Amino acid sequence: MSHLESELVQLKNEVFELLQLVHSQIEKSKESLLTSDKDLASHVVANDKRVNASELKIDRDCENILALYNPVAIDLRFVLACIKMNHSLERIGDNAEGLAVYVNISPGAFPQEIMEKFNLAPAFDRCLQMFSLIMDSYRQEDPALARKVFNLDELLNEYNRKATKTAIELIKTQPELAEEILYIMGALRKIERMGDLTKNMAEEIIFYIEAKVLRHNKKK
Amino acid sequence: MEKLSIKEKKLEAINLNVFYGQKQVLKDVNIAIKANTVTAFIGPSGCGKSTFLRTFNRMNDYVEGFRKEGDIIVDGKDIYQKMIRVEELRKKIGMVFQKPNPFPKSIFENVAYGLKIQGIKNKKLIEETVEKSLKQSALWDEVKDDLKKSALSLSGGQQQRLCIARALALEPSILLMDEPASALDPISTSKIEDLIWELKQKYTIVIVTHNMQQAGRISDNTAFFYMGDLVEYDETKKIFTNPEKERTQNYITGRFG
Repeated sequence: MSHLESELVQLKNEVFELLQLVHSQIEKSKESLLTSDKDLASHVVANDKRVNASELKIDRDCENILALYNPVAIDLRFVLACIKMNHSLERIGDNAEGLAVYVNISPGAFPQEIMEKFNLAPAFDRCLQMFSLIMDSYRQEDPALARKVFNLDELLNEYNRKATKTAIELIKTQPELAEEILYIMGALRKIERMGDLTKNMAEEIIFYIEAKVLRHNKKK
Repeated sequence: MEKLSIKEKKLEAINLNVFYGQKQVLKDVNIAIKANTVTAFIGPSGCGKSTFLRTFNRMNDYVEGFRKEGDIIVDGKDIYQKMIRVEELRKKIGMVFQKPNPFPKSIFENVAYGLKIQGIKNKKLIEETVEKSLKQSALWDEVKDDLKKSALSLSGGQQQRLCIARALALEPSILLMDEPASALDPISTSKIEDLIWELKQKYTIVIVTHNMQQAGRISDNTAFFYMGDLVEYDETKKIFTNPEKERTQNYITGRFG
């Protein structure tokens, strides 16, 4: 194995470890939000420092590979994809942390029926399903798995589109829960954003493997 | 890659096969090179790229056992026809080699050498051409006060630019370069690369290089050779980001070769 190849293998492993870490952050933020577990939420907030540290390390490694090895063709695409996936992962991590912060600052538990009205649990499940596909696609270098993410994202968009109307109706009928309702709507927005960022990662994996640019392309 | 009209083709090889004795070193190569472009030939040692470069000014004619099939066309003419005068051809096609090879003469004499051999005696014309050539090769400012000094006193990078000036003095339209910067330090290499980039406004340049980054930096198009085959020929951007052939990808990423 050439020196460059071993550097690329190491980079690939580092990005996969970050994928695993961020996946775990999403799972824990889900659990803490749905069960109002403030301890778990604090754990997610603390763990975001690890996500940030990993992001910086991967960024530095990519910069070194570009400067020292001048990768080309598939190697270059891989490094470029890693840089962008790294950025997306850090932002997904921030959103997971943001969800945990909602749990910590909310005065009480979020009402189950309100969370159900916003489809919070299925939205989390869909987001995690998409994220798992990305992990498999990345590990197996399988763009077909990445492509599945595009259709799955549609459900999150639909939940998000309905959210404002749902919030207005609920605040009208239960004004005493306005604060919780707005937090839960905010949570759904964050989940939808995580879905978008996961979709971005799918585009990067396809770019890396197939050299096709799918960004801003509706026909994926 | 865009298809070239007959007018746009400066150099062309058609079904070219080259042999040294029994050994075939180029296999059915077809390529068309556009005027005022830089084309890089890349490939592992022994792949035939230097042999191919040298077919364009008939440098292989003197190699024992050299034989070719197919055509080499320059400016629409088959340069291997009997009526072609090789000295005239080489006036039109300058060549720069891997190792700078100035004559053991003054800087001025080196550049003026080709003109004098051609029988040009007009002193003013020679002086003007020497100055123009040294300016074109980005060497004038460094040597204008030392034109009588020996060319051998120059640094390696300066010697190589002097060799380029010597080639330019004959006003060729094509420059063939066989690893022109491989023996130079990074600063001299950078000067040669900048020079190549500027010269393509006036000249068609073909360069053999083992330096992938150099090919990427200076060429418009790249041809990858492997064991006598022209494996892939495309825009340099395409070759270095998304080559069509797996063999090209494996070579440029250092997986083999």
